[in-house]
Amino acid sequence: MALFEATQLHKRFGDNVVLESISLSFEEGQLAGIMGPNGAGKTTCFNVLTGRYKPDRGTVKFAGEDITGLSPRQIACKGVSRSFQIMNLFDDDTALDNILIALPSVRAQGFSMVRDLGRNTAAHDEAAAILARVGLAGKERVVAESLSYGERRALEIGVALAARPRLLFLDEPTAGLGSEGTALLAELIAELKRQLTIVIIEHDMHFLFSLADRISVIHWGQVIAQGKPDALRENPWVQRSNLGLLS
Amino acid sequence: MVFTVALLASTPLWLSQVGLYQYLALEIMIWMMFALGHNLLLGYGGLPSFGHGAYFGVGAYAFGLLQQRADAGLGLGLIGAVLISALFGMLVGAFISHKRGIYYALLTIAFGQVFWFAAVKLHDITGGEDGLLNIKRPDLSLGFADISLKSNEAFFYFALVLFALVLVALWRLIHSPFGRVLRAIKQNEMRAAFVGHNVWLYKWLAFTLSASVAGLAGALFAMAQQSAYPNVMSLHNSGFVVMMVLIGGGLVSFWGPVIGALFFILARDLLGAYTETWLLWYGLVFMAMVLFQPDGVAGAWQKARARWARRSSSPPAPATPMNPVAKEA
Repeated sequence: MALFEATQLHKRFGDNVVLESISLSFEEGQLAGIMGPNGAGKTTCFNVLTGRYKPDRGTVKFAGEDITGLSPRQIACKGVSRSFQIMNLFDDDTALDNILIALPSVRAQGFSMVRDLGRNTAAHDEAAAILARVGLAGKERVVAESLSYGERRALEIGVALAARPRLLFLDEPTAGLGSEGTALLAELIAELKRQLTIVIIEHDMHFLFSLADRISVIHWGQVIAQGKPDALRENPWVQRSNLGLLS
Repeated sequence: MVFTVALLASTPLWLSQVGLYQYLALEIMIWMMFALGHNLLLGYGGLPSFGHGAYFGVGAYAFGLLQQRADAGLGLGLIGAVLISALFGMLVGAFISHKRGIYYALLTIAFGQVFWFAAVKLHDITGGEDGLLNIKRPDLSLGFADISLKSNEAFFYFALVLFALVLVALWRLIHSPFGRVLRAIKQNEMRAAFVGHNVWLYKWLAFTLSASVAGLAGALFAMAQQSAYPNVMSLHNSGFVVMMVLIGGGLVSFWGPVIGALFFILARDLLGAYTETWLLWYGLVFMAMVLFQPDGVAGAWQKARARWARRSSSPPAPATPMNPVAKEA
């Protein structure tokens, strides 16, 4: 059984049909890629899968449980986490605080009005370890807004990781990164792949094809092809969809 | 914190010598409490409540009504005022906590106006435009002795104890996980939801707590004034507390509302002694603050301290731990 399964998802905004009968499934332990041209509906698809938008039709199941229409908070609490294409950080807080806020242990005591979070050394150690994991060791006290672009990208993934997800959605994680930053990110994701199920939307085809076990191609709000990276290169639908980067 | 409480506690010793009077210190402290509670929303939650005078007024009326209709003593009156304000805060919070920004602000104004209108029109309960008169300052019963709060000095010390308790409670609150999550919601509500926080519930709780503090301040104000009247619920009274928070620097400092309340009430009394148009001058200062020093007095102080720290460090200045990345860039 797939860990995450979306069936016949449909989403429209006014007269604009953005997703049309999309079905996707992600196996546990795999890294799945979603690609497609700009405006294909990839990010809307992520937003529907992670609860930001409710689908007009269709179902979404995580670990066998129907999560269709649940809020982002409810979905996050079930073990689904995501990063954003446009960075969404707590900009005035330090890198460490960004991670702390997302930790399940902090979330569990979030309504405590008496404890001093500053004295929770276990949570601080855990947050520091996550920062080190995404390559931000030594940046604990740096305000998120002051981090470099690449570091903010890493922190974005760190915040998503801090929620201890079982499934991690990454929306264009290489957007705006140079070749060095992309290579570092590829290393990080290759390492995360050993412990997590990951779904990535990505425009960088070399990045995606080198990491993904399975790729789905979305175009005109529909899944036009799915399969292993090598098989997709030969797919006539993909070649005709004008992605242009597969050859 | 100790300094603030000690400074307030010492006012009976020197206030009259500088030409001021004890009731002024009492009033300043009550407004400080109100502004500190309001800053939980505006400063820490980024939730602009522009109708918060309503809960201050609810506390004042609740204390008076409990005393006059239910024969409640000091403790019951104050606890009742806090609980009733919290209850109204809960109700209003339930309607507005899914909103943010300008919609949130407008709804708080609308609800504030409803409360003010009710206070004016429900003559049989509130006394209408005349308000509730003859609210007494009940004695403080310690079991072994009763202390009269009739003098401004005695009542000031009683209110100071409550103020100190509120100060400690709010300090703990903003450093607790609840306070940290609230600050995160202020910065990025969507991300807070996506990492699993119940944003609505945090906003609702913050509103309820803030209304409770406003209610306690209102009850003390009713005791201080020995009356409760609709004016305390008016839009301009709600605006005053916002001005206190912003001018003091509540957006960047816990102490901003304390400074702002002090600044406002002193300006009212000192400027007001010279001109009836003191609020015009105060308004101009407020505009200048918003334009040139939006972080308020506390923000200016923080900047001055940072500048002073930079100057006093030996050249060349080492990179601070806060900005090594910016320096690299």
